[in-house]
Amino acid sequence: MLPPRRVVITGIGVVAPRGIGVKNFWETLTSGRSATRNITAFDATGFRSRIAAECDFRPEENGLTEEQAQRMSRSSQFAHVAAREALEQSGLEVTDRVAARMGVALGSAVGSVRELDRAYRDISGDGASWELTPGKAGPYLADYNTPSSLVREIAWLTGAQGPAAMISAGCTSGLDSVGYACDILREGSADVVIAGATDAPITPITVACFDAIKATSANNADPGHASRPFDRDRDGFVLGEGAAVFVLETAEHAHARGAQVIAEVAAFAARCNAHHMTALRPDGREMSAAIDSALATARIAPEAIDYINAHGSGTKQNDRHETAAYKRSLGDAARTTPVSSIKSVIGHSLGAIGSIELAACALAIEHGVIPPTANLHTPDPDCDLDYVPLEAREQRVDVALSVGSGFGGFQSAAVLVKEGANR
Amino acid sequence: MNAEHRTAHGPAATGPRAVTDDELPVVTGVSVAAPNGLGTEDFWTATRKGVSGLGPITRFDASSYPVRVAGEIDGFEAREHIPSRLLPATDRATQLSLATTEWALHDADLDPAAFEEFAGSVVTANAVGGVEFIQRELQSLWSKGPRYVTAYMSYAWFYGVNTGQVSIRHQLKGPSGVVVTGQVGGIDALAQARRRLRSGQRFVVAGGADAPVCPYGLTAAMTAGNLSTGADPATAYAPFDGSARGHVPGEGSAMMIVEPLGAARERGARNIYGAITGYGSTFDPHPATGQPPTLARAARIALDDAGLAPQDIGAVFADGAAEAGADRAEAAAIVDLFGPGRVPVALPKTMTGRMYGAGAAADVVSALLAIRDGEIPPAVGTGGLAEELGLDLVLGGPRPAALDHVLVLARGDGGFNSAAVVSRVS
Amino acid sequence: MTFTLGGLRTILRDCAGEPENGDLDGDVATLTFEDLGYDSIALLETLSRIEQELGVAADEAPMDELTTPQALVDYVNGQLARVTAAA
Repeated sequence: MLPPRRVVITGIGVVAPRGIGVKNFWETLTSGRSATRNITAFDATGFRSRIAAECDFRPEENGLTEEQAQRMSRSSQFAHVAAREALEQSGLEVTDRVAARMGVALGSAVGSVRELDRAYRDISGDGASWELTPGKAGPYLADYNTPSSLVREIAWLTGAQGPAAMISAGCTSGLDSVGYACDILREGSADVVIAGATDAPITPITVACFDAIKATSANNADPGHASRPFDRDRDGFVLGEGAAVFVLETAEHAHARGAQVIAEVAAFAARCNAHHMTALRPDGREMSAAIDSALATARIAPEAIDYINAHGSGTKQNDRHETAAYKRSLGDAARTTPVSSIKSVIGHSLGAIGSIELAACALAIEHGVIPPTANLHTPDPDCDLDYVPLEAREQRVDVALSVGSGFGGFQSAAVLVKEGANR
Repeated sequence: MNAEHRTAHGPAATGPRAVTDDELPVVTGVSVAAPNGLGTEDFWTATRKGVSGLGPITRFDASSYPVRVAGEIDGFEAREHIPSRLLPATDRATQLSLATTEWALHDADLDPAAFEEFAGSVVTANAVGGVEFIQRELQSLWSKGPRYVTAYMSYAWFYGVNTGQVSIRHQLKGPSGVVVTGQVGGIDALAQARRRLRSGQRFVVAGGADAPVCPYGLTAAMTAGNLSTGADPATAYAPFDGSARGHVPGEGSAMMIVEPLGAARERGARNIYGAITGYGSTFDPHPATGQPPTLARAARIALDDAGLAPQDIGAVFADGAAEAGADRAEAAAIVDLFGPGRVPVALPKTMTGRMYGAGAAADVVSALLAIRDGEIPPAVGTGGLAEELGLDLVLGGPRPAALDHVLVLARGDGGFNSAAVVSRVS
Repeated sequence: MTFTLGGLRTILRDCAGEPENGDLDGDVATLTFEDLGYDSIALLETLSRIEQELGVAADEAPMDELTTPQALVDYVNGQLARVTAAA
C-alpha cells in the first residue's frame, strides 16, 4: 500500500473585517483591536443586536469588473478576491494538465442570503403577498438561490476542471470544506484543490433570526468590546463576514513544481453531537471526539500542540462546552496550551470563519506569533485555560489545532503542522 | 480515483473485476419520496409503468407565472411522518428527508442504536435550502418587522439543516456532511459516504432532498432561463426532443443506507441492492474558453474507478437537461463513450421533474432497482430526437435487461458533472 | 385580561407542536417544559408569540425561571397586571 498523500498549503487569501488581504488580516488579528462596530450595511433600528464586524469592501477596488460586481453576490465576491490572492501567492501556473486535476471545495453556511433578502423585497412588494412578481426579479436570482454558483465562480476564476463542490455544514463549513479537499487530494482525485469558505450574512433576515434566539450580543452601546469570548461578561457572538481561500496541493505536486509550502494540513476530523440544532451538551464529548480523531490521524500527542485556535464564539454555552472539550482531549496539557479566539477581533462569519481561522493558524506557524483573544478582561471561572488575553504572544508554533462548532450539531477539528517540523 | 484500489485490481478498464470485497460499499436500504410515488414501492411501481407525477402547480396560485407545471408530491402529510414538535421548525425538504431516512433505515432493517456511538454518519445533498421556509420568514420580516421572524429561522433554512436533523433524530454522531452541487449532489453525497466507509464508518445515511416548488423557489429558478414554460404536464419536460424547452422542477427526497459488504452480510442484511463501484466528478470550463464540457471525462473517471470498460455497462441513466445545446452535449458524451445506439438510456426523471439535490440520488435508487428487477424504466413524453442524437432511449414501456453495471450521469447548473457506477453484487 | 393555561396550550401547539411526552390537554401545569420535550428554542418562540399577541416583552423574560407552563402563565399575568397598573 502506498503511504497516504500529504496535503500542503501553498497559497492563502483572506477577506476579513479590517483585513482585506493576508497582510492586513494578520496586522488586525495581532493588534488585538476588535473590528466590530455598529451595523452600517442596513438600518438596524428595531433589531435586538445592532452590531457586526463588517468588511469595508468595494468590488471595484478589489479588481472585480462592473459585470462581475453585478453578477456575483457579496459572499461570492469575497471568495473570488481571496481565491485570487491565494492563487497568486502559490505561484501555480494553471496549464490544461493542472486544470483537469484541480478541484474546488468551497464552504458557506448561508450562501447569498444577503441578495435573497434584498431581492425578496422587490419581488414581494415588501412582503405584501405570498405570490411574487417574477418580472421584478433581477437576472441573477437563480444564482443567489443556489450557492453552488459560488463554486462555479471560483472554477471560472482559477480554471479548475476537477471535482468541485460547495460544502455547507453551518458554522463548520470552512473547516469541512478543507477536510473535503483533503479527502479528494489523498484519494488521488485531484492534485490541487482551491479550498476555503465565504459568507456575507450581515443582512436583516440573518440578524433577525439570531435576535430571535438571543445568540448574538446586544451590547450595542459598546460594539468594540461586544465580542468577548471566554470573558465572564460575554453575552453572545457578534456577526462577521469574509472569506479565506487556500491553494491546497499534494506535497508531491507542490514539491515537483518547487512551490513554497506554508504548512501541512495534517488532519481533519468531524463528529456530530446529535443533540440539538443549536444547543450543546456541556461536557464537550463530541467536539472532544473530533479533536481526538484529528490528533490520532496526525499522530500528534496533546502535549505537542503549540496553539489552539478556538471556535470561541462568545456565547455562554459555547465557551464552556469548548473548554470542557479541550480538557477532555488534552488532559493536563490543556492547562499549558495557548488557546485564542479571533472572533473577538473579526466576529463570527458563520461558514467562512472555519477557513479564516485556519488561515490564522497557518500565519501563526509562519510568523511564530499567536493572535490574542481581544476583550478578555474578566475571566469566566468556568473558562480557566490560557486564552492569550488582549495581547499577541511571540512563540514558535509548529503544530496548531483549529476547532469549529456549528448549528446542526457539527463539530470539526483540523491540525496544521509546520513543514519540516519534528513530529 | 482510489489508487490503492487500482493497484490491487490491476489497471483500469480491463474488464469487470469480481465484486466481492468485504469493503465494497453496498446499498442495503433505499427510500424515495417523489412526485410519482411516495415511498420506494409506489415510486418504483409508477416509474416502471411510465406513470408521471408532473402536473399543474397546486401548492400555490401559479396562474400568473410563466412556469405552471411542476412535480409535486401528493399526499405527503408531514404530521403523519415526523414528530409534531418538528413541524413548525422544518421546511418541507427537511420533512421529506426525515421521512425517507426513516423508511430507508427500516428497509435496511438497521437500527442505529445497535451500533457503537460514532459508527453512523449522514451525508445529504441539497441545492436550494429551505426556500419555502425563508420565504415565509422574509414575509414576516418585511411586512411586520424583525421581531416576527421565528426562532426556527436560525437553522430551518440553511443548507446543512437536513443532515443536522437526520443526525439528531437517529443519533448519528459520526463524521457527517452536506454537499451543495445542484442536481449532481445526490451522487456526490454517495461518494462522500463511500469515503467515510473507507475511513472506518460502519454505515452512512446518504442521499438528497429539495422542495423548490414554492413562489420564491420558482421565481428564483426562472431567472436562469432553463425552466419549461410548457403548460401540458405530458410534454412540458422533453429532454432529447425537438420540443425541449427547459426542465420541470420537482420536489423529492431519496435516501440510501450504505455499508461495507462484509459487515452488511455479517449482520444478515436483508437487502443488498448493489454496490457503488465507481465515481467521477468534473467541472466544465467557462463557455468562452471554447474548451469542451467534461461530462464524458467524469464518466470515464467513474468507469476507471470501477475497473470497467464501456461495454460492461448495461444501461445509462442520463441527466436530461431538456435544453437543445445541453442535450446534444450529453448525447455526444454518451455516444463518445459507448458508440451510437449501443447502450440503453433511461430517463426516469421525465416522470418526476428535476428534483435538484434529490434528483441524482433518486436516479441511483432507480438504477439499483433496475438491476434487481432486470428492467429499465421508460422515459415519458419525450424522445423525438433521441435516435438522431445516437441514443437508444427506452420509451413506451419498461425494457427487460439483465444488468450487472449501470452508469448514472448528472449535471448541475454552472458546470457540475458527476457520474456513478452501480453494480450487481453476486 | 388574564392569560390562561388554555391560551398557552394554543400558542404552544402552534409554535412548537404537541409535546414529545404526555398530552398537552392533560394535567401539565407543573410539569417542566423539558419533561414535555419543549426545548429552549420552542420556548423562545412561544415567548415571542406571547409578545406579539399580548405585548409582554419577550426580551426581559427570566428564561431560567420559566420552567413549567404554570410558571410561564403566572409570569405573563404578572407582567400584564403591571402594565394595567401602570396605565
